[in-house]
Amino acid sequence: MSRNEMSKATPLLSVKGLVKHFPVGKSLFSAGTAVRAVDGLDFNVMRGETLGIVGESGCGKSTVARLVMHLMGVTQGEILFEAKRVGSNDLSLREFRRQVQMVFQDSYASLNPRLTVESSIAFGPQVHGVTRKEAVEKAHDLLARVGLEPSRFAGRYPHELSGGQRQRVNIARALAFDPKLLILDEAVSALDKSVEAQVLNLLLDLKEALNLTYVFISHDLDVVRFISDRVLVMYLGRVAELGPAEAVLGQPTHPYTQALLASVPTMDPDHRTTEAPLAGDPPNPINPPSGCRFNPRCRYAESLCSAREPQLQGIAAGHSAACHIAIPGSGHSRARAALETA
Amino acid sequence: MTMTMEKAPVATASDQMVRVRNLRVGFRTSHGVVQAVNGVDLDLARGETLAILGESGSGKSVTMRALIRLNPEHVTSVAGDIRVAGEDVSALDAVALQDFRGLVASMIFQDPGLALDPVYRVGDQIAETVVRHKGLSRAEGRKKALELFERVRIPSPERRLDAYPHELSGGMRQRAMIALALSCDPQLLLADEPTTALDATVQIQILLLLRELQRDLGLSIIFVTHDIGVAVEVADRIAVMYAGRIVETGPSAALIRNPRHPYTIGLLSTRQHGGKLAGHRLPAIPGSPPDLAHLPPGCAFAPRCTFAESRCTVIDPDAVIIDAGHSARCLRTDATAGAMAGR
Repeated sequence: MSRNEMSKATPLLSVKGLVKHFPVGKSLFSAGTAVRAVDGLDFNVMRGETLGIVGESGCGKSTVARLVMHLMGVTQGEILFEAKRVGSNDLSLREFRRQVQMVFQDSYASLNPRLTVESSIAFGPQVHGVTRKEAVEKAHDLLARVGLEPSRFAGRYPHELSGGQRQRVNIARALAFDPKLLILDEAVSALDKSVEAQVLNLLLDLKEALNLTYVFISHDLDVVRFISDRVLVMYLGRVAELGPAEAVLGQPTHPYTQALLASVPTMDPDHRTTEAPLAGDPPNPINPPSGCRFNPRCRYAESLCSAREPQLQGIAAGHSAACHIAIPGSGHSRARAALETA
Repeated sequence: MTMTMEKAPVATASDQMVRVRNLRVGFRTSHGVVQAVNGVDLDLARGETLAILGESGSGKSVTMRALIRLNPEHVTSVAGDIRVAGEDVSALDAVALQDFRGLVASMIFQDPGLALDPVYRVGDQIAETVVRHKGLSRAEGRKKALELFERVRIPSPERRLDAYPHELSGGMRQRAMIALALSCDPQLLLADEPTTALDATVQIQILLLLRELQRDLGLSIIFVTHDIGVAVEVADRIAVMYAGRIVETGPSAALIRNPRHPYTIGLLSTRQHGGKLAGHRLPAIPGSPPDLAHLPPGCAFAPRCTFAESRCTVIDPDAVIIDAGHSARCLRTDATAGAMAGR
């Protein structure tokens, strides 16, 4: 019982002060500069939940996925899995990789074109010492689980499958180690809408049946809202807003979250969008604006916003936003006075 | 009006921009003929915006490319009657086709990186097009390019004329491509998923720009997309394609509120309407789209259709008129009425 409670309180995954800079233009004669893809990110993923990460291209969401998977080294910061530092004596990288698996957007590029579906799924476990026979048996179980009849699909090659079927294979392969955490990086974005719905339903079924935890990265707010318990909105390598999905996407606090939601095409032909919520493209993460990174595109920006960077401020239970408006007494004309804090 | 317009046959009404009858497009491949478009009728009035909505492989892009004969001719067989601005597109010779593309109809694509030449400055590419098609001088061409850049709202247009495509952001490249497409004052703009690769906040800007250009220049637009929301934002009318056929077409509002083809109903139902209930699942369309090299007999959607009866796998349904301008190719339109109400 006490162990159960503890595992509930400890986040499954904990990311602290994560920073990733990619050097660019470095040469013999110039020091070069850096793409600040992820620039100080903190978040937890609780056991059994789905954390959605949304943001535009270049906001660093895929870099976060790759950092968490240890597909690349961090510039700074810490990644803890079940409160253990990955790569330490408590948790080797090899062991960590068995518990955390990833599904990518490009279902075709993710599979070896010369391996049959069953070999692809069985490959990982064999590397980790499982016999071929056991691994293949497990592969057949997993194929059935993701809705692909093993007798029909096990011997097929990736090019003989549709996009949706291939993505099911990728999901089956990710499950071959009985992982605790799945990182889904735009995993349904390349699929047609009718197939996307099937795969989303499959992900929900698998999560329930196997007690999985998801980090679901996507640019599609509708999809994120559907599948996530909590949502993290990223802007230029930092957290703009974080909280329960219904709060963040239902009553967004950060002007960027509001703009993202308002940019989604309407389904009402009588009330079409008349004004674009934001002008211009997302800025370049090489030279992020000073102060609040969103201030050059923000309709509420004041001089304060370019001078000082807002920290994440709690708004309601588990809901926080990095905006001066949300910080009582920040000095922003729309912020409440400090005393009023309820 | 251009020369081509004056010789337009009187057979088509002058307010009609596009008239396509029984278009069939097949591609010869090593696996046999892939029948990408399977009897499409299409009408577009002047100044109207039509969205063709469909999933990958539905034939939406192939249909649009056929309007300016952009499908690779040596492997493509095209049958049917295609008229754009009164012109019989299949009858154009090589020279006439070159003038037709650009002056009558022009096209923008999903990836401006492929449509713009990477080794020329964007301003020069536009100027060259104008010089070639309109017979203007180089300086006039440059002036026209600047005008167009202002028109499509590229910030600091003068400076951006001298930029190479890779120096522009994604949204700006898309604007530059729109400027290039409009450089010869076409009457018809064909847009093939022009916002699909863009971020949401940029996509809505481009959609609004296209709507504004349509209004100000009186353009006719055909907009191909897989996103219903995008179609609603830009189009007056929507045509839904499945397996090479238009299965339902109608005014945007009618199609969204009263969809009658089971495929349209399915597409609208799979949209995630916010709030998740515990244990809630999306109403997904089962199965996957058919193989275009081996289309099933009867209605191509029947194998995935929850309304299908045995006759659906035998009879290829004709269009059933639902309302003015709204029709669906389905044998069971009586059963699909009000199907969205319960969703």
